[in-house]
Amino acid sequence: MLSFIARRVLIAIPTLWAIITVCFFLMRLAPGGPFDGDAPVPPEILANLRAAYNLDKPVMVQYVDYMANLARGDFGPSFKYKDFTVNELIAQGFPVSAQNGLSALILAIIIGIPCGILAALRQNSVADYTVMGFSMTGIVVPGFVMAPVLILIFSIGLKDTPFQLPAGTWEGGAFKHRILPVFCLSLLYIAYLARITRASMIEALRQNYVRTARAKGLPFHQVVVRHALKTAMIPVVTFLGPGIAFLLTGSMVIETIFQLPGIGRYFVQGALNRDYTLVMGVTILSASLIITMNIIVDVMYGILDPRVRHD
Amino acid sequence: MSILDIRNLNVRFATQDGEVSAVNDVSLSLTKGECLGIVGESGSGKSQTFMAAMGLLAANGRPTGEILFDGKNMIGADEDTLNSVRGDRMSMIFQDPMTSLTPHMKIGRQLGEVLIRHRNVSADEARAQSLAMLKRVQIPEAERRLDMYPHELSGGLRQRVMIAMALMCSPELIIADEPTTALDVTVQAQILDILRDVKDRLNTAVILITHDLGVIAGLADRVAVMYAGRIVEVGDVRSIFADPRHPYTRGLLACTPRLDAAGDGLMTTISGQPPNLQKLPTGCSFHPRCSYVVERCKAERPALESIAAGRAKACFVDVRAT
Repeated sequence: MLSFIARRVLIAIPTLWAIITVCFFLMRLAPGGPFDGDAPVPPEILANLRAAYNLDKPVMVQYVDYMANLARGDFGPSFKYKDFTVNELIAQGFPVSAQNGLSALILAIIIGIPCGILAALRQNSVADYTVMGFSMTGIVVPGFVMAPVLILIFSIGLKDTPFQLPAGTWEGGAFKHRILPVFCLSLLYIAYLARITRASMIEALRQNYVRTARAKGLPFHQVVVRHALKTAMIPVVTFLGPGIAFLLTGSMVIETIFQLPGIGRYFVQGALNRDYTLVMGVTILSASLIITMNIIVDVMYGILDPRVRHD
Repeated sequence: MSILDIRNLNVRFATQDGEVSAVNDVSLSLTKGECLGIVGESGSGKSQTFMAAMGLLAANGRPTGEILFDGKNMIGADEDTLNSVRGDRMSMIFQDPMTSLTPHMKIGRQLGEVLIRHRNVSADEARAQSLAMLKRVQIPEAERRLDMYPHELSGGLRQRVMIAMALMCSPELIIADEPTTALDVTVQAQILDILRDVKDRLNTAVILITHDLGVIAGLADRVAVMYAGRIVEVGDVRSIFADPRHPYTRGLLACTPRLDAAGDGLMTTISGQPPNLQKLPTGCSFHPRCSYVVERCKAERPALESIAAGRAKACFVDVRAT
């Protein structure tokens, strides 16, 4: 097991290097640059700016410089957020996004998985149709529709009642201010988890060994929990691996609507601004998270099914 | 004293293209310590009859009639009643040992949980008894196997584990559904030896479901032959093999390849296909494939009628005479 993890971590290094390299050159191939604003900048100032940000050298030299800084853990200065380094932006924003993402993840797991199991056990019943109806809604209604609707209900409709919830304010992350954004973030994951769990549980309950367990006279709840659940969790873990990485790095839509100081918005803003270093920073962060999660998923497979154990 | 008494059992499955009758008017009984062989092709209803007895029919299956286990009707019994019988007094060995054991649970735990469920023993006691049972079904290095997962065992060993699991609570009845079908021929013989040993030493009644007449000949006291969801012939194993009275039974026996008989080297087969249960022929379901067919067979279904002590057949034709 340990040697498996060590091997996967070693493979992750060239993977990450390839991602960084491709991303670096793609950004510079894209038309426009960080200083192409609406108002044209005088050529002398532009030349100074380019020199200040190391953009006047040949691309290969820039690449080597960037990689050298990266090896020291320095993501470089942001091109747009003046006076901030990318390290500082991530250090401020990532904890906010990760805390919200983690809360949303826990919410999704404790609601989505039990709902999916219930729907599978009562297949084609009212409970099943209700769960599947809600989860279909959760999947098809995009966040930029769901969030304003929830704001309309909880912040405006229920104004001056005990159920009113604030929106668009952060207050340093006070509990009440997190409820709506976290709920919005988790909805899609609740919906997906319920559907995936239902499908894989129905499949697991059809297995021959579940019939064997029933033939032993085990009560049905024991059959489900001991014999079917682990198998049913394999697709759930597969989905959650990259899902967790996306959740932790925040959502541009939710963070913009609720005005959260996370890093989700940097993905889009950074790309539009040609903020090369910022885009590189968030890309490296999310790529590392996805790679880490995939290693964890592979380890989980071995726990859930001893036939794929890595020795 | 019969341990299992099946009376007029019907099993129907509701499917998307209509209702399918898998078992029709089957009556059987089995005394303590007896071994009854059930023979038939795929789809003859032989497995479904006993899935109904275990309460393990698929959700769309509906049984009617009576299945009396030690006098109690298993049809319509609630899940708690079924669970108190299953695994304890009546247990089942399934066809495919590769997929019938839970892949993520160690052998010892899968065996032990039967005892913990029905005998309320401690985990240590369950482990000790599981070990003894693995030794009884002649699993080598039994101690080590307890901590193995099913995929670490061969097919033959897994089937022994299945048998051990079925025996944990010393049941009065074991239903063995094609216990040797998925195994190599050499392993088949070992598994049959173990079943014979269990039957003789523990006086357990055994129902042996198979399409392999060789398996029946070695173990069964009585045989019931099923075709298209009905019993077509029943009798003691000796007379069925020596003097089959139903054309289908005759056909089955003729299909069994023999090493000791001279022949033209070709395998004998029963012509035609097993019938589609949704479009059964009129009259006797076997008539389109039967070489003894008479006009009456096409219009009327023959009832299962006694022809001698302990023997019955469902056929109009006296097969011996033709």
